Amino acid sequence: MTMIFGIPVQAFMGQLLVGLINGSFYAMLSLGLAIIFGMLRIINFAHGAQYMLGAFVGYLLLTHFGIGYWPALILAPLIVGITGMIIERLALSRLYDLDHLYGLLFTFGLALVIEGVFRYYYGVSGQAYTPPPALTGAVNLGFMFLPVYRGWAVIASLVVCLGTWLLIEKTKLGSYLRAATENPTLVQAFGVNVPLLLTLTYGIGAALAGLAGIMAAPVYQVSPLMGSNLIIIVFAVVVVGGMGSILGAIVTGYLLGLAEGLTKVFYPEASNIVIFVIMAIVLLVRPAGLFGKDA
Amino acid sequence: MADLTLTQAEAHRATRLDVLLLLIAVVGLIAAPFFFYPIFLMKMLCFALFACAFNLLLGFTGLLSFGHAAFFGGAAYFTAHAVKEWGWTPEAGILLGLVGAGGMGLVMGFLAIRRQGIYFAMITLALAQMFFFFCLQAPFTKGEDGIQGVPRGYLFGLIDLNQPLNIYYFVLAVFLIGVFAIWRIVNSPFGMILKSIRENENRAISLGYSVQKYKLAAFVMSAALSGLAGALKALVFQFATLTDVSWQMSGEVILMTLLGGIGTMVGPIVGAGLVVTLQNYLATSPLPVTIVTGTIFMICVLIFRRGIVGEIQALLRRLS
Repeated sequence: MTMIFGIPVQAFMGQLLVGLINGSFYAMLSLGLAIIFGMLRIINFAHGAQYMLGAFVGYLLLTHFGIGYWPALILAPLIVGITGMIIERLALSRLYDLDHLYGLLFTFGLALVIEGVFRYYYGVSGQAYTPPPALTGAVNLGFMFLPVYRGWAVIASLVVCLGTWLLIEKTKLGSYLRAATENPTLVQAFGVNVPLLLTLTYGIGAALAGLAGIMAAPVYQVSPLMGSNLIIIVFAVVVVGGMGSILGAIVTGYLLGLAEGLTKVFYPEASNIVIFVIMAIVLLVRPAGLFGKDA
Repeated sequence: MADLTLTQAEAHRATRLDVLLLLIAVVGLIAAPFFFYPIFLMKMLCFALFACAFNLLLGFTGLLSFGHAAFFGGAAYFTAHAVKEWGWTPEAGILLGLVGAGGMGLVMGFLAIRRQGIYFAMITLALAQMFFFFCLQAPFTKGEDGIQGVPRGYLFGLIDLNQPLNIYYFVLAVFLIGVFAIWRIVNSPFGMILKSIRENENRAISLGYSVQKYKLAAFVMSAALSGLAGALKALVFQFATLTDVSWQMSGEVILMTLLGGIGTMVGPIVGAGLVVTLQNYLATSPLPVTIVTGTIFMICVLIFRRGIVGEIQALLRRLS
């Protein structure tokens, strides 16, 4: 059997793939966090809960209405995004003039409530979500078997991340967003509806979390607690990358996912904490984060 | 940070009324075990001390730590291990918890103060989560089971802490000493500098204070006192588990402080009493506690930012 650093190729590649999958979700989630933070100056603690919500919407659509994966891929982010916009209008918009920490505390409370409600109805055990037939099975790449769904998840998340980046960097809406981040008062004076822009931004951020959720549903089990532990890791990712750059958030997400996968190969005991360790090192060496402009 | 804490330093100046109220409260606490279940009261005291220690950082220095469970639960593990496995006396075990938590505070604080505001909160959360995973895997914490059957032992080798009243008065004494220490810190010249950092960090820097050192000192003190609370809890309940180091615990102490009143001396005590009572009340209902605590969080942030004690103080100021 072929070996890499004394590890069978199959196992090595398998863990690397797991790392890449995790990294895809880190990237999508930290991207959403960075977009929301850039505009609203709020750290969205409910991001993990919205990710869980996306997965659950997909699961409920399938079990109660027989609506499958492909429609759910559109519907779940849409539903999560719209609920996000309602929350932004009703509550978050009242917090913009306050210390940023209140936004964190509010969304933390929101996350507790959302998770509590789902725990009340569905318990803590996970529910399986079967991917559509087209995405099941595995292909032989010669050096390893690649489950089709995992390959799809990695490619789809790459497309989503790049698409979002293009939306922000290259479109008119994106330029409004970036301008409003720099100077909201001036942009408003030019006749752009900034409050609407803020609502839209939170909606996009929440929808990204929801999309990550429905994409994650077949990979991990759908459970009320799937988001809460993930969000803390994503926070660490965001600290490492720095939230100043959208592309930085994406790249850091994938890199840290891979780092985690590699740690699973060489020193499994530390795989839970490797991202936090990297965060600590980055804080010592480069406190502003790898791509950070803001100290 | 200025708007996070609405009460001013004057509010802490002791008046004759305050002294009277304090005496009533202490007498009430001394009499309480004859009317209420002592374990419940001790739980309240432990969490009240924890919340006060947390408030030293959030309320008086303006730093929101989202990782204080690491100190509370970490100290509980240290104390439980020392008392159970090494046969230390309870006071030595508690001292180890306090020093251990302070040491952890030094490391975590050193890393976290490199960033400000929202990042500070995220870093403390992440570091505490790292400690959680460490506790999950380290052999001495016994993983999911936790350290159970911790003996309460004899205080100074003399006083049997298995007697409910003995341990209650011991916990009460430590609680009062801890709160007094926090009061002294807050009202010292050192505390004034902390408040100036909270109000305007850049101005404090321009006045020549090495803000980082002050922040770190406040962080370590807060961590050590949180550890004191966790160490006490380990003796009271005779176990130390992962619950105490989880992020939910960090959230709970924030809620206690927010609900009672950030930056007030009494607020965190009131908040801790309310949250612990609420948890006891909800423990038997099928409704997850997080739904209720999360709702309180949102209500507090939206319409009740001064907290109960803060609102009362604001009302009194308006009347006078």
